[in-house]
Amino acid sequence: MKLVSPVDFTKRSIAALQEYSLLSGRAMKSLFSPPIYWDEIFTQMDSIGFGSLPIVILAGFFTGCVLALQSATALQQFGAVSKTGSLVALSMVKELGPVLTGLMVSGRNASGIASELGSMRVTEQIDAMRALGTDPVRKLVLPRIAATVIMLAFLSILSAAMGIAGGALVSVALLGLNSSAYFHSSYASLVYGDVVQGLVKPIFFGFIIASVGCYFGMTTKGGTQGVGKSTTQAVVISSVCIIVIDFLLTRLMIGIFGS
Amino acid sequence: MSTAEAKTESKAEKVEYEGPAISFEDVSISFEGNEVLKNVSFAIEQGETRLLLGPAGGGKSVLMKLCDGLLRPDSGTIRVLGHEITGMKERDMFALRHRIGMVFQESALFDSMSVEDNVAYLLHEDKIPAEEAHKRVEEALRFVELEKAIDKFPAELSGGMRRRVSIARAIITEPDLILYDSPTGGLDPITSTTIMELVMKRRDVSHTTSLIITHRLQDAFYLATNHYNEQKGGAEKIPDNGIDERTKFLMLNEGKIVFDGTTLELTHSDDPWLKEYLA
Repeated sequence: MKLVSPVDFTKRSIAALQEYSLLSGRAMKSLFSPPIYWDEIFTQMDSIGFGSLPIVILAGFFTGCVLALQSATALQQFGAVSKTGSLVALSMVKELGPVLTGLMVSGRNASGIASELGSMRVTEQIDAMRALGTDPVRKLVLPRIAATVIMLAFLSILSAAMGIAGGALVSVALLGLNSSAYFHSSYASLVYGDVVQGLVKPIFFGFIIASVGCYFGMTTKGGTQGVGKSTTQAVVISSVCIIVIDFLLTRLMIGIFGS
Repeated sequence: MSTAEAKTESKAEKVEYEGPAISFEDVSISFEGNEVLKNVSFAIEQGETRLLLGPAGGGKSVLMKLCDGLLRPDSGTIRVLGHEITGMKERDMFALRHRIGMVFQESALFDSMSVEDNVAYLLHEDKIPAEEAHKRVEEALRFVELEKAIDKFPAELSGGMRRRVSIARAIITEPDLILYDSPTGGLDPITSTTIMELVMKRRDVSHTTSLIITHRLQDAFYLATNHYNEQKGGAEKIPDNGIDERTKFLMLNEGKIVFDGTTLELTHSDDPWLKEYLA
């Protein structure tokens, strides 16, 4: 295997970052001028949003269950088992809802977007689209970004709600807590800043998932092997970016809301 | 409303322009340090059919993509349908491409769309009413003798059928220029002849300017020495060993033009490389 020099690697990475930024910029710019392919946006919303419902519901629900079990064990040492609802709600709304949903949707859709666009790229369908006078960024990239950003926000809300419900089930059925006390403690612990944090994160995560998937799809080279490589890279890069951006956003939100 | 009337209403007026349909002046392009085209200059007049020949890897497909603005040259000037496209913005290029039909080497049909949606792609983009679009798709598919495949998907078609659908998609808006990238590549001789007959029909019935890449010399000479007989509905040899005056040749080798002229000039050339290539 030929080793790549650090200089070449750095140059390639910077060029890729530049290309990614240009693609994202062009997609955002095309949002403000016609034509906008609304039917494509709705199709993608159905595919990305509705299609991801089962995994998001299941992941959210069982994460809430596990969170309740684990936190109850720890809280018992301090005689604060009644605070289980508060801990589950805060964790799900601020952190686990958006991040877990982001990672789930990244695994399902960043790969789907990269492989779909990658296959189109290697079979010259994207060139054919350009030759037919259609801008692929408007037709393929923008609808995917818009659909993912919109739907990830709703999926994150749903995931958090399912997590709280899962926590409630465990708290009531296994830990013997009172359901109204659980929900009251959940509701009382959430403040405005927590909800804003939970709603802002999916916007960034959705943008990352779709734009990274589109970038790797649109720059695929090397036939079917290249499509496989692009798909893997899209999932890895978007997942890592989600976690890094989550850290930065959390720090920023703590700075703004102070908790 | 008849199909003809519908077409007149929905299709943009034919745009008149001065000069050749395509002209290249000192065009060069390289990829990762490898110069694929070197100072290429030629012109294709309006109504002319130009056959682009040459060994594989000589830069033919790159040249064709430059004509459609899918690639941009490193230097030189390209004019297409009266517009200089070298510095043209991509947004303006999309409008110009509505007047150019392109048939890709591997057809490049949208595999998630039916034949009808593939052929009607441009009509849907132009928001042509569904009923009218359907009529025009049928008309285009009739031209390529593939009306029965209207509801099929590309994966259900043979290689030859896909090329024919690709031709139907390229001609649906009656473009001023058609670019064919190896329309017979990888096909059997009988299917190749059918495809070349369609190209010939387009040349002789609509007189559309075309640039055709081919690796098969027999296809090139078949096109140069035959014409389409509308009454008979097929190709026939031009009498008295005649040749079609509007069909000319362009040959590329290692990124340079080695021949640009008529069929007679090509067959009478003394150039040793050309003689060997044609042998």
